[in-house]
Amino acid sequence: MARGLGKYIVIRGLMIIPMILILYTIVFFFLRILPGNPILAVVGTKNIPPEQLKHLEHLAGLDKPLYLQYFDYLWKMLHGNLGVTLASPMGKPVSSYIALRLPATVELTIFAFTVSVLLGIATGVLGAVKKGTSVDTGMRVYSIVAYTLFIPWFGMMLQYLFGVKLHWLPTSGRINPTITSFHSITGLYVIDAIIERNWAALGSILKHLVLPSITLGTVLSGAYTRLVRNNMVDVLSQDFIRAYRARGVPERKVLWYALKNAFIPVVTLMGLQFAILLGGAVLTETTFNWPGMGTFIMDRINYRDYNSIEGAVIVFALFVGLISLTVDVIYALLDPRVEY
Amino acid sequence: MRLIDYIINPLRGRKPGRGLLLFGTSVVLTVIIMALLAPWISPYNPTQIGADIFAPPSSKHLMGTNNLGQDVFSRIIWGSRIILYVVAIATTLSIIVGVPLGLLSGYRGGKVDRTLSMIMDSIYSFPSLILAIVIAVVLGPSPVNTAIAIAFVYVPTYFRMVRGQTLSLKNQLFVEAARAIGVKDWETMRKYILPNVLPTVLVVFTLSVADAILTEAGLSFLGLSVTPPTPDWGYDLRVGQPFLLDGYWWLAFFPGIMIMLLAMGFAMIGEAINERLSLGTR
Amino acid sequence: MLLEVKNLSVYYYTLSGVVKGAEGISFSVREGEWITFVGESGSGKSTVAHAVMNLVPSPGRIVSGEVLFNGRNLLKLPGEELRKIRGKEMTMIFQDPMTSLDPLRTVGDQMVEAMTVHGVDEAEAKRKAKELLEGVNLPGDRFNYYPHQLSGGQRQRVSIAIAMAFRPKLLIADEPTTALDVIVQDSIMDILNGMKEEGTSIYFVTHDISLAVERSDRIAVMYAGKLVEVGTVDQIVENPLHPYTKALIEAVPDLWKEGKVRAIPGYPPDLRSPPSGCRFHPRCPYAKAGLCDTEEPDFREVERGHFVACHFPGVWRK
Repeated sequence: MARGLGKYIVIRGLMIIPMILILYTIVFFFLRILPGNPILAVVGTKNIPPEQLKHLEHLAGLDKPLYLQYFDYLWKMLHGNLGVTLASPMGKPVSSYIALRLPATVELTIFAFTVSVLLGIATGVLGAVKKGTSVDTGMRVYSIVAYTLFIPWFGMMLQYLFGVKLHWLPTSGRINPTITSFHSITGLYVIDAIIERNWAALGSILKHLVLPSITLGTVLSGAYTRLVRNNMVDVLSQDFIRAYRARGVPERKVLWYALKNAFIPVVTLMGLQFAILLGGAVLTETTFNWPGMGTFIMDRINYRDYNSIEGAVIVFALFVGLISLTVDVIYALLDPRVEY
Repeated sequence: MRLIDYIINPLRGRKPGRGLLLFGTSVVLTVIIMALLAPWISPYNPTQIGADIFAPPSSKHLMGTNNLGQDVFSRIIWGSRIILYVVAIATTLSIIVGVPLGLLSGYRGGKVDRTLSMIMDSIYSFPSLILAIVIAVVLGPSPVNTAIAIAFVYVPTYFRMVRGQTLSLKNQLFVEAARAIGVKDWETMRKYILPNVLPTVLVVFTLSVADAILTEAGLSFLGLSVTPPTPDWGYDLRVGQPFLLDGYWWLAFFPGIMIMLLAMGFAMIGEAINERLSLGTR
Repeated sequence: MLLEVKNLSVYYYTLSGVVKGAEGISFSVREGEWITFVGESGSGKSTVAHAVMNLVPSPGRIVSGEVLFNGRNLLKLPGEELRKIRGKEMTMIFQDPMTSLDPLRTVGDQMVEAMTVHGVDEAEAKRKAKELLEGVNLPGDRFNYYPHQLSGGQRQRVSIAIAMAFRPKLLIADEPTTALDVIVQDSIMDILNGMKEEGTSIYFVTHDISLAVERSDRIAVMYAGKLVEVGTVDQIVENPLHPYTKALIEAVPDLWKEGKVRAIPGYPPDLRSPPSGCRFHPRCPYAKAGLCDTEEPDFREVERGHFVACHFPGVWRK
């Protein structure tokens, strides 16, 4: 079984490659083939000495034919080289910026993901157990409202309430800047603070995580609410649940088994939800001034730094691919009916 | 059944989903009417800068004024035009591209299908907002460009649905019969498959319009859609954020509420129609 | 008396109205007997079986009545007390073997749990589970299988093996053989018969009266949410008193040798608004206007142990 699973993971992992290639091609097409010289866009003026323009183009690799640019970048990409920044500060490796920003996004999305799944399961189970009552209707409305919450607005309202009015929680950044004793190692602040046993820093870091993760998590929870509720209703009406009860299995255990069964299709939704979560992370990061990949893209967009944008997209694609791989493996491990 | 019946039928009688549909349609219709009648119902010029800045909501300014003294309510009314315009173009474009490609891919099968599916799935599995951001940036800020960016990321949604339906319809008797008597391929698609796919397109449409609205609002919130001083809900929300933290909540509150009401309206219509359709097939 | 059901009514509160799934049901089950409930689908036979376990699925509710098991009313018992009885003293197996085991857990896990929740220690439960599997003619290694790795008949045998764990006083079997082919059906019936011989009362539910005749001691016939006739197998087969029972028996090829096979004309009624009077009157060839369509017949004992709800029991023989 272990060998079968290993093979499954490898084959499933290989499927990420075409996905990344396709996305790279799309982004390359939009960034390089469409009219407009990115260097001019960066400099913001056409009155630039031709030699200097040439130099800049050469630096960015823009003086080569398009197909060479395409394969050049691809080749570098395979070696983990995402090119250099095209705008101030110019000529720095894009990957070093991404290494700095990615952990912030990972941390935010992990917390938001947890919030969304827990909220989704809780509301979904409640709806299913109280099927046909006003509670069920309430959960249904919750699912639609949560789904259509506009992240920046919801985030701002939380900032207003818990930051401005109640002064309970910070509204921007990852950590209180007055805490100087904290030094990041991995970029995942929560883990770093625990490694360093810096509890003051940990407290501040967790406080900063509350509002962004609740914002993003709540919005994403609506889809789970619905799916968990419908699956749970479906599972609860199945014979094996009644059989458990007929055998005298305690009700709490019965609900747990029902939840496990209802959860299987939810796992398959998670991969797709994670992509939506990353999209939402851009808005969340902007709203909460969170120094992650989303704000990185928005920063570089202001400079028209196409290399950085391209690099960020590749990293996002890789991230999404790895998540969906993980989800598929979890699914295969959870459901004995899956053959691998 | 005509397409319109899918909307109207559930409104008749007491059937599940009626409340959703009633709420959804009334919200959406209100916003559409607001956009159409903007010049007549807007109390002020939405871009008129005034001395009366940060005025809280009152009878004079229903939703207060912003940092430039512009009437928020008037900007809300005019702002409905941009979002509806962009989303309408975007959705039309996605349908125009996605539906035929889905038909072709599902009907033809083989290499064409595999290639198209792989491309579409890649786009589909990537965070749509991020891709839309990249495209919007390259094309530059304008409503039509925003629409193109949104359209691009929603093509796969229509493609996947139509392709799936076409695959199952292709093997049904009436389609096979048509092919057997020598009806041309494109005619089979147009006359036999397309009409059967349209109800699904309608459901996908109502469900994804809500998404498209939120994506549009997201792009304009990030400053990638329109340029000031054009009234625009997403952008106005962004502008309002720093002032919200100073306590001037009305600048951000109202544009955000409108974005969500509109998205919610469409989501509820979609949900209700979806429910009717799936009840019918169950 | 092992089980006494008195005046039981179960309604389903659906969106399209209240469905009177079972109304005014009274009967009893003796120790060690096999009683079979027969009726068309929708007659309420499964509803009553579920109600006896106090397991009526939502949106159904038991609106009145008593279910006395060894003298204790199961409908009034606190949850924990009821749980202790379920699985140990009385248990139930279900129609669809494909869905009556948890697909995510091994057969063994489910068997062991059925015992440990009643206080058996784990090692003992494991040993017992393998023994039980062999008791239903399944190799002990099936213990580690997942349900999807077994056939329908094997799964049903697992369900029965679990049911046998404590030698319950009552086993309710809700159409346990309907989804299986004939040969497998027979082996399941044999296993149930074996349980009966060891002292378990079998409460069997089926739509197929021919299946009932062979092994039952008594037969109860249900129609449109009502119990219409109860008696010993001989009484029911040789001397049916309700026109519906007669029609059911005539619908079986072998049993009524002289007569032709006849289907019952008409359809069972909509239980949201059941017919007035006797619920069978719209389909009954002997119905008398002014009586059968207005007055509901009492469920009464006509001969010793033979109950019927009809204004003209056995009228066709007069």
